[in-house]
Amino acid sequence: MDFQLTEEQRDLRAGVRDLLAGRYGRDALRAAVDSGPVVDRRLWQELGGAGFFALRLPEAAGGVGLGMPEAVLVFEEAGRALLPGPLVATHLAAGLVPGAAEGRAVVTAYDFGAGGPVAYLAESDAVLGAAGPVTGEPVASVDPLTPLSRVAGPGVSPYRSGGFGGLVDEGALLTAALQLGSALRTVELAVEYARTREQFGQPIGAFQAVKHLCAQMLVRAELARTAVYAAAVTGDAAEIAGAKLLADEAAVLGARDCLQVHGGMGFTWEADVHLHLKRAWVRAEQWRTAAEAEELLAAELLGVE
Amino acid sequence: MRLDHTAEDEEFRARLREWLAVVLPKLPAKPSPADWPGRRAYDAGWQRALYDAGYADVHWDATPARRLIFLEETEKAGAPYVGANFVGLLHAGPTIAAEGTPGQRDRWLGPILRGEEIWCQGFSEPEAGSDLAALRTRAVRDGDAYVVSGSKIWTSHAEVADWCELLVRTDPAAPRHRGISWLAMPMDAPGVTVRPLRTLAGSTEFAEMFLDEVRVPVSHRVGAENDGWRVTMVTLSFERGTAFVGEVVACRRTLGELARAARANGRWDDPVLRRRLGRLHAEFGALWRLTQWNVSEAAGAGVAGSGVAGVPGVGGSVFKLRYSHARQELYEAAAEVLGAGSLDLDREWVLDRLSSLSYTIAAGTSQIQQNIVAERILGLPKGR
Ligand SMILES: Cc1cc2nc3c(=O)[nH]c(=O)nc-3n(C[C@H](O)[C@H](O)[C@H](O)COP(=O)(O)OP(=O)(O)OC[C@H]3O[C@@H](n4cnc5c(N)ncnc54)[C@H](O)[C@@H]3O)c2cc1C
Repeated sequence: MDFQLTEEQRDLRAGVRDLLAGRYGRDALRAAVDSGPVVDRRLWQELGGAGFFALRLPEAAGGVGLGMPEAVLVFEEAGRALLPGPLVATHLAAGLVPGAAEGRAVVTAYDFGAGGPVAYLAESDAVLGAAGPVTGEPVASVDPLTPLSRVAGPGVSPYRSGGFGGLVDEGALLTAALQLGSALRTVELAVEYARTREQFGQPIGAFQAVKHLCAQMLVRAELARTAVYAAAVTGDAAEIAGAKLLADEAAVLGARDCLQVHGGMGFTWEADVHLHLKRAWVRAEQWRTAAEAEELLAAELLGVE
Repeated sequence: MRLDHTAEDEEFRARLREWLAVVLPKLPAKPSPADWPGRRAYDAGWQRALYDAGYADVHWDATPARRLIFLEETEKAGAPYVGANFVGLLHAGPTIAAEGTPGQRDRWLGPILRGEEIWCQGFSEPEAGSDLAALRTRAVRDGDAYVVSGSKIWTSHAEVADWCELLVRTDPAAPRHRGISWLAMPMDAPGVTVRPLRTLAGSTEFAEMFLDEVRVPVSHRVGAENDGWRVTMVTLSFERGTAFVGEVVACRRTLGELARAARANGRWDDPVLRRRLGRLHAEFGALWRLTQWNVSEAAGAGVAGSGVAGVPGVGGSVFKLRYSHARQELYEAAAEVLGAGSLDLDREWVLDRLSSLSYTIAAGTSQIQQNIVAERILGLPKGR
């Protein structure tokens, strides 16, 4: 047992962070917010070229041949950068939908549970698991970078019934990794602000009330981190549900606390905090909600000796 | 990132499991919590049994896997926990291994491992709890001994201890963090008086300790004179970083028992309770993974030549904050499962619910841990 990142895993994470900082830094993020949610096809292909979607496909099939732990690290970085688009669905579609692996196709999924909306429907070339074209009515999405559509019909992924090793588990885990990255980023944003913003003649971070908010943000994010990494190593369905639960909590509460630390500035459109919070809300509804995860874990508990 | 074990470690697990299956049925009955001499004998006997079977030093083993396997298997089998050996095994011993001279290691580590000597921790004072560096107990040098006077409070296991890891002020003129020394004080020295304190659970887990001109040989000082604060930080790192990890396994077992009890009495049909237990399942699972992460991280830097794992980092504060809270939530959930049965002290989990209240206070309160996380990990400025 050596539950630490390997040298290669650290390098991978650093590489993805650099790539995203260069290609989707804060200016690009804000420009996307201003121009509205259209998936940047060139960026999508660059991500494809960097192996983002084909990461877990075997090399023989033209993939990178890495595993879930590596995918989780890559998605953590995407979450940190607030990268938009149906990243999880397209990643899951690699090898199933032509063009997904290379980032030539944008693929979404029924990941919101029965009757829920579909994200990026108009921007996507395919819906994972849907036999034919899917149409829907746009919903006024709470997240400016995640368009949502109401679709007619069941709106349920055929994979959603899937148990161990199913696409739902993988989707939940990768979504948890996105939440983790967002949670870690909001800790950084809060701490940066707390160190520089002054009130009563000192940085607000010197006040214990602010310190304790920040400390709890870190505690939630670190617990989520080990939960997500461990679930990626074991692939266990209950452990994945737990990781999703804890990562949702870390991202949502982390963004809310970060907003509080920012005071009035936190309530503005200018601060990035609301983007993290809104995206965290969206992801909390995807693949496995808290209620589903808790019920799954409760059921498993009865089996534990 | 690996969570699997080597073939040798799995062999270790199998051997341990076999051994536990043989020795546990022969164990004497557990003494009542009020019977201190009985508890001491029981805990010492268990430690001796571990020693004879070659498992005594597993908490100090620099390889994290063995330690965690040991904790998992002993908990699953329902073996006794460290009990009165807590301080010696989990933080005084590791501190002496890390900071003591070879002579000091020879003198103290063996008896701890064999269960022959019990240690207690004399850090807190009536006027110095969270603000530990405000301690006043003074030690004045007289030839080859320190003459110690003052008082300590909340000293766990003081009634049965042979040794005390004691913090004293050796230079009253120095800035408060610089005039402290770390001593090993024999509890049977003339001038030591122990007065039991009753806890809210009705037990006498801890005591007040009065020190009246107690002579402690200078050779019993661990670390340099007036450098005791640094040594204390090592002790606290072990205390917060690794001392509680075994309990996480126990909490997971309790959670399973709670679920079965709830199903038996019909409360399982309440989705609010069910979901609460499900969430706690995620929580304790993740806390165990956090433990594996922290222990793997510390394993890189073992204490040279001692066979003892490295001093845990401040990540221990992250663990302690979440664990102490989760433990309290666990026993609140237990009370919900029990209903009015939670008012009966003889029912299982009721005393645990009471004792869980100490977890956010002992070994550094949650407020202090949050300050540590904010200042030492996140780099926020010191202030009020
Ligand atoms: C079961 C149990 C066993 C113990 N065993 C031992 C032992 O074996 N040896 C030993 O030496 N000690 C022991 N202790 C003592 C323990 O370490 C102290 O109780 C603890 O450090 C808190 O100190 P205090 O009780 O003086 O509380 P105080 O320091 O008076 O704190 C009171 C309240 O004020 C808060 N507070 C204090 N300072 C700050 C601050 N700077 N910022 C924010 N909030 C603050 C605290 O969080 C707490 O809520 C034990 C305690 C318990 C409950």
